[in-house]
Amino acid sequence: MTGHIDPTVVNLTVFVLAIFVGYHVVWTVTPALHTPLMSVTNAISGIIIVGAMLAAGPERLDFGSAIGFVAVTLSAVNVFGGFLVTQRMLEMFKKKAPKEGKKAQ
Amino acid sequence: MAPNQVALAYLIASVLFILALKGLSHPETARRGNLFGIVGMVLAVVTTLLITSNYALILLGVLIGGTAGAFVARRVQMTQMPELVAAMHSLVGLAAVLIAIAAVNDPGAFGIGDPLPKGNKIELFIGTFVGAITFSGSVIAFGKLSGKISSAPVVFKGQHWVNLTLAVVMVVFGMVFFFSGKQGQWLPFVVMAAIAFVLGVLIIIPIGGADMPVVISMLNSYSGWAAAGIGFSLNNTMLIISGSLVGSSGAILSYIMCKAMNRSFFNVILGGFGAAEGAAAAGAQPKAVRSGSAEDAGFLMANAESVIIVPGYGLAVARAQHAVKEMAQKLIEKGVQVRYAIHPVAGRMPGHMNVLLAEAEVPYDQVFEMDDINSDFGTTDVALILGANDVVNPAAKTPGSPIYGMPILEAYKARSVIVNKRSMAAGYAGLDNELFYMDKTMMVFGDAKKVVEDIVKALA
Repeated sequence: MTGHIDPTVVNLTVFVLAIFVGYHVVWTVTPALHTPLMSVTNAISGIIIVGAMLAAGPERLDFGSAIGFVAVTLSAVNVFGGFLVTQRMLEMFKKKAPKEGKKAQ
Repeated sequence: MAPNQVALAYLIASVLFILALKGLSHPETARRGNLFGIVGMVLAVVTTLLITSNYALILLGVLIGGTAGAFVARRVQMTQMPELVAAMHSLVGLAAVLIAIAAVNDPGAFGIGDPLPKGNKIELFIGTFVGAITFSGSVIAFGKLSGKISSAPVVFKGQHWVNLTLAVVMVVFGMVFFFSGKQGQWLPFVVMAAIAFVLGVLIIIPIGGADMPVVISMLNSYSGWAAAGIGFSLNNTMLIISGSLVGSSGAILSYIMCKAMNRSFFNVILGGFGAAEGAAAAGAQPKAVRSGSAEDAGFLMANAESVIIVPGYGLAVARAQHAVKEMAQKLIEKGVQVRYAIHPVAGRMPGHMNVLLAEAEVPYDQVFEMDDINSDFGTTDVALILGANDVVNPAAKTPGSPIYGMPILEAYKARSVIVNKRSMAAGYAGLDNELFYMDKTMMVFGDAKKVVEDIVKALA
């Protein structure tokens, strides 16, 4: 192919493929883990911190970097909160409790 | 760092996010998956740090936000997960709006052309309005779930027309923004965002409490699309990919929730259900129910060979999950087979019951989804219903019933049924539950936690 491809077209390609991947992967999540799925996707949506960091970007203090700072703070809550609460929940899921005997199962 | 290196680092981070989701296919692989997600996020953040320079400000923000997030993650009760998730969605929505504002203010800082190219304007419009709706909608959802706002649906005449008109006006301002030059761009942008914030409130308030699983899943999805929209505007594939993963996840959960209620997505979102006054509620004469005590329930279960426990929202509200585990433990020691049956929409968010039971250290191999256990009710001695109502209502099998067609847990097929509720008040659907009036059913009234604790005492 010669000539430049518009970045928007590249982005669209990535977007469509990402949706397909997301669709197929999420259908494999077991219903018992739907709540951790929500909290981990919350954490992943904290990726918007990347956009916020670019907004806060160049070293100066102005409207743009102030906004970026606030956006970074908000996204950081999701990132830390999301992954940590997911971790906490996942640690609760255990198989047969060790103390239980091999009773009627 | 060269753009190519950044893009490759983002690619690795994206793959790690995908692996994080894949890990959730089974509790055994889930923790490792979460770790992949964390590594991916660290990689993405560090890579981005290398291409910005305002380190002090950024790290300060991360410190403040991170500490707040970590604090909440440690302290939140599992019964509060729905509201936590709603609150976190709102933050992403707001962040998206703020980033869009920063991009309109100074496109050059993001490497976008100045004045804003038309393509970016559309993308910013989308990112902004989805972000704004996500923010205000999630704030309302949080309010309803935490009890700060009444969970009753707020309906008023013509509200759908109001919403539609507002949406159209918002798109009009979006178009003005699209066509305006650099001087006139702020006004339409701000108005458009303001309308979006209002719309977010208006579309969530008519939705009642028990439809929240759909609402939260929907907002989960929106937060993803907001991030993806910003990704398009900033030409950032990391945001596009991650946003799409989250968006798809929320959409799938919404679909699953709607199927489990046998209602269309639009039916739920337009707030049909909970608003129906009176529906087919309490008929003429109050019918008789057989009621018993916790001791009676305990006796019945202790002498059974198999018991299936059906937990519902009432169990969550009463925080009875630990008492239930204790009761199950006692029954197992007496040689009774104990299993749990989970309906997809039990509770206020997908998978809510599973987490509550896991918190109480109920082994996950005793917990079954509706489709896996439904055929076993017929051979089970006792079905114990704890704070669940519509999900076990046999009326769902009767054509003409408002909940006809909704998949239910077939607890009515068990040999005996014990139902614990606080009173005979109708459930969310405003319907009488035929299960309560069957001869084989015994009602045990009272707070779930108290009743279960009394059963534990009776089993000792």
